[in-house]
Amino acid sequence: MREKLVLIGNGMAGVRTIEELLKIAPEKYDITIFGAEPYGNYNRILLSPVLAGEKTIEEIMLNDEQWYRDNGIRLHKGKKVIKIDRRQRKVIAEDGTEESYDRLLLATGSNPFIIPVPGNDLEGVITFRDIHDVDRMLEATRKHKHAVVIGGGLLGLEAANGLMQHGMHVTVVHITDTLMERQLDKEAGALLQKSLEERGMNFLMSHVTEAILGEERVKGVRFANGLEIAADIVVMAVGIRPNMELALNAGIYCERGVVVNDTMQTYDPRIYAVGECVQHRGVTYGLVAPLFEQAKVAANHLAEYGIGRYEGSVTSTKLKVTGIDLFSAGDFIGDETTEEIVMKDAARGVYKKVVLKDNRVVGAVMYGDTVDGAWYFQLLRDKTDVSDIRDHLMLGQAHLGDAGHGGQNAAAAMSDDMEVCGCNGVCKGDIVKAITEKKLFTLDDVRAHTKASASCGSCTGLVEQILASTLGGDYSAAPHAKPLCKCTDYTHDEVRAAIKEQKLTSIRAVQKFLEWKTPDGCHVCRPALNYYVIAAWPAEAKDDPQSRFINERAHANIQKDGTYSVVPRMWGGLTSPKELRAIADVVEKFNIPTVKVTGGQRIDLLGVRKEDLPAVWKDLNDAGMVSGHAYGKSLRTVKTCVGQEWCRFGTQFSMSMGVKLEQITWGSWMPHKFKMAVSGCPRNCAEATIKDFGVVAVESGWELHVGGNGGVKVRATDLLCKVATEEEVIDHCLAFIQLYREEAHYLERTAPWIERVGLSYVKQQIVENEERRKQLRDAFLESQKYMQKDPWKERASEGVEKHEFVPIKQVS
Amino acid sequence: MAEWIEVGPLDEIPRLGARVIKGDEGNIAIFRTSSDEVFALADRCPHKGGPLSQGIVHGNSVTCPLHNWVIGFEDGEARAPDEGCTATYPVKVENEVVFIQL
Ligand code: SRM
Ligand SMILES: Cc1cc2nc3c(=O)[nH]c(=O)nc-3n(C[C@H](O)[C@H](O)[C@H](O)COP(=O)(O)OP(=O)(O)OC[C@H]3O[C@@H](n4cnc5c(N)ncnc54)[C@H](O)[C@@H]3O)c2cc1C
Ligand code: SF4
Ligand code: FES
Repeated sequence: MREKLVLIGNGMAGVRTIEELLKIAPEKYDITIFGAEPYGNYNRILLSPVLAGEKTIEEIMLNDEQWYRDNGIRLHKGKKVIKIDRRQRKVIAEDGTEESYDRLLLATGSNPFIIPVPGNDLEGVITFRDIHDVDRMLEATRKHKHAVVIGGGLLGLEAANGLMQHGMHVTVVHITDTLMERQLDKEAGALLQKSLEERGMNFLMSHVTEAILGEERVKGVRFANGLEIAADIVVMAVGIRPNMELALNAGIYCERGVVVNDTMQTYDPRIYAVGECVQHRGVTYGLVAPLFEQAKVAANHLAEYGIGRYEGSVTSTKLKVTGIDLFSAGDFIGDETTEEIVMKDAARGVYKKVVLKDNRVVGAVMYGDTVDGAWYFQLLRDKTDVSDIRDHLMLGQAHLGDAGHGGQNAAAAMSDDMEVCGCNGVCKGDIVKAITEKKLFTLDDVRAHTKASASCGSCTGLVEQILASTLGGDYSAAPHAKPLCKCTDYTHDEVRAAIKEQKLTSIRAVQKFLEWKTPDGCHVCRPALNYYVIAAWPAEAKDDPQSRFINERAHANIQKDGTYSVVPRMWGGLTSPKELRAIADVVEKFNIPTVKVTGGQRIDLLGVRKEDLPAVWKDLNDAGMVSGHAYGKSLRTVKTCVGQEWCRFGTQFSMSMGVKLEQITWGSWMPHKFKMAVSGCPRNCAEATIKDFGVVAVESGWELHVGGNGGVKVRATDLLCKVATEEEVIDHCLAFIQLYREEAHYLERTAPWIERVGLSYVKQQIVENEERRKQLRDAFLESQKYMQKDPWKERASEGVEKHEFVPIKQVS
Repeated sequence: MAEWIEVGPLDEIPRLGARVIKGDEGNIAIFRTSSDEVFALADRCPHKGGPLSQGIVHGNSVTCPLHNWVIGFEDGEARAPDEGCTATYPVKVENEVVFIQL
């Protein structure tokens, strides 16, 4: 017999929990849902666009009744539960329907608050919460002229805008002098008011409603200052109150909402609660993003996976009034312990404020230009130290470097056939269609369904914007650190810490200790874990070829037709007749179709059959060449220019410096690929300032640059320091690599890593602290003892991984 | 009824790995899971023909090396939301030796 799960409240949070549960434990429960509303489940936040005539009810349904049938869920729609009998473990609805439960989930949402003034029950007084309310408002727009909306918050303004779209004369009454004062500061509130006034909305600010006038039907509104105005309908949008009556009557502990712990359980552990009816760590929420986080945790717990915890959310806000862009998040008012940076361009109607505390973003409010809202929110969530980027923080996340769609960032302005994701050829229209038809809510969903932003990721911001503009609401994930992958709830940093502290020296040991959710992990976590264990325990851990991406397993790059490419190392970009002759011979001997000079100063042999790889390598090895690791999360190339060896401007011997660096650093596994370059003078012909570690020679020595990237998103290096001798160049280089190896997340290149931890931190570890530098350098050299073996030679001549290259059988 | 063809010793397929059977009508990938179950799929991803034998094996599935589609062993179906299917072949292991039916 399956256990019985009953859900009370067929709304956004409750049904989301059921969806999450069905994903992970579809067979576990026999599920029943009670919903007071007479429909399936719909997207409540889109009621605003429905009211404004931009969407229809059909378009906002999330799950129709067929969905409930398909998933074997008993839906009691239009039935309000009036009693929970905890002793007998059953719930009873208004019409007498009873269902017993083993576990109960409360998701009753909230009720609109009705201000206690005379006349608040007259006909024509409407709240804004559900489809029924929208129907009533739409009906009023057909018959009446004057609307008064009480409440200048998010809901009130969206209601006012909707009614105005239908030609009503709308007055918004607000109790303070700033609209949306919980989301906006005075400055932004004033800009908002101005643009709404330009559209024809009227405001009565700092007005306190005293009575609603009329006999049976609303006729007008009177304020405390004596003013009276005419009204045919009055929309109450002054706030919401968690709907906890049912829980209270059942003796479940409530304060401002139903009190739950981090696993979303109420004081009765059989009874869970999620959504707006809940109070968690003293906080109640009124936006969807945190509720979806709660849903995930509750589902996880109901499925008895039991490791997820909800730890609260920071939310951000946008207003769904077409043509008005505003964004706010966190503590945007600040106090005496915070500082603020403000940018204002009154002519363009743009205002931005970022609030900082101890060099971290704690809040932001923006009006008119909200492109960087997601970025500020990210900085806030990640608690990034922004001291190094402070001077250009207000200019935004300089999208200029992005390949593919540099400069293009106003998603709303894009037409449907404009390409968003250049890697996978996904247009805006495809994404919008997937979001609406497949009912997607998160970036991960969009990635899975459309592949947009699933490859290089440079269009992530754009996809997020499309998501936001399509859905209207705010769906940025809650601010918990991202788990490593779907197989675990632990983050990269937590996993790395456990590997070190517990001395975990194999992937299995990590998965066991951290209770991985899948038996073998997946293609995302296994390569990361493999790297983390060998980076932490170079002597003890054994590399696991089966957890490596094919390129690193086969030591060659797989091509689209299943053949491979071979790139031998050319130290510092230098070669010789002997090497070139060997390459020419090998190409002819194995009929290799393409020979190409790469962007990394060496030669690529493309189209080699897998079976031929060991023999190709053998011939190259015999001429003294080794793997160039063109496939590896490891040192790729060290580009050099001719330098003082030949060049009339050269100030140092850049070729030999480059060769030395390459010889000492090749072979090491790293979080991502790592590229270096050495230029002989500031003309910088080796392009050292877009490399992970770049060296530029000057008369008096060497400038060391770090964190450059030339790929998807161009980033010029930061200057680390200047040194005098070659030995110092090497020491700093090795220490930098080791710090990166020990601390960056898998697949995080030095550029995003430095942006995350800050250049000051890297300087402090490597430049300012000689002891630490030496220690890092020595750790790197120690690890190189195990790493510097030519993988080609091992496979070509020493019989390593033989099975990789030969078929097990031939049939015909 | 097609006959069972001997492929080779189970040992020669790495755990959580694969080997290739070369055939006239395209290759077949033969996989071994962490619990020593063996499965065979046509070595062609339903997406753009990527060689599945070169992917990362996890649970009863493999991730294609070209664009990360995940293909299930039992039915050859791509994991949702991707859609596509690749041919499967019956296999069995007897006395540590793998056999396939073509
Ligand atoms: C062969 C080569 C292109 C060429 O014909 O010139 C190349 C080929 C590939 N690059 Fe590259 N990149 C090559 C130089 C570059 C450069 C130029 C450079 O190094 O000076 C860059 C920009 C510089 C940089 O990395 O900062 C470059 C930025 C990328 C990126 C984006 C990296 C980023 O951090 O933004 C990727 C994608 C990735 O790594 O995820 C990539 C990925 C690839 C892959 C590995 C794609 C893949 O996963 O299959 C290609 C492998 C083809 C193959 O089988 O050989 N390649 N790639 C170049 C090999 C250089 C070498 O000798 O090893
Ligand atoms: C017009 C509007 C615009 C919004 N815009 C946004 C936005 O842009 N961004 C954003 O993040 N959020 C927005 N919200 C808020 C968001 O819709 C809510 O936070 C969310 O719907 C709450 O989910 P819930 O499941 O807790 O409650 P609900 O979705 O309200 O679901 C609760 C359900 O339980 C039912 N119920 C209650 N009591 C009982 C009972 N005793 N028996 C049976 N059924 C019962 C109710 O009828 C209701 O259907 C908006 C809300 C509204 C009204
Ligand atoms: S070589 Fe680099 S730029 Fe060219 S197609 Fe491949 S990944 Fe893209
Ligand atoms: S070919 Fe397999 S995922 Fe594209």
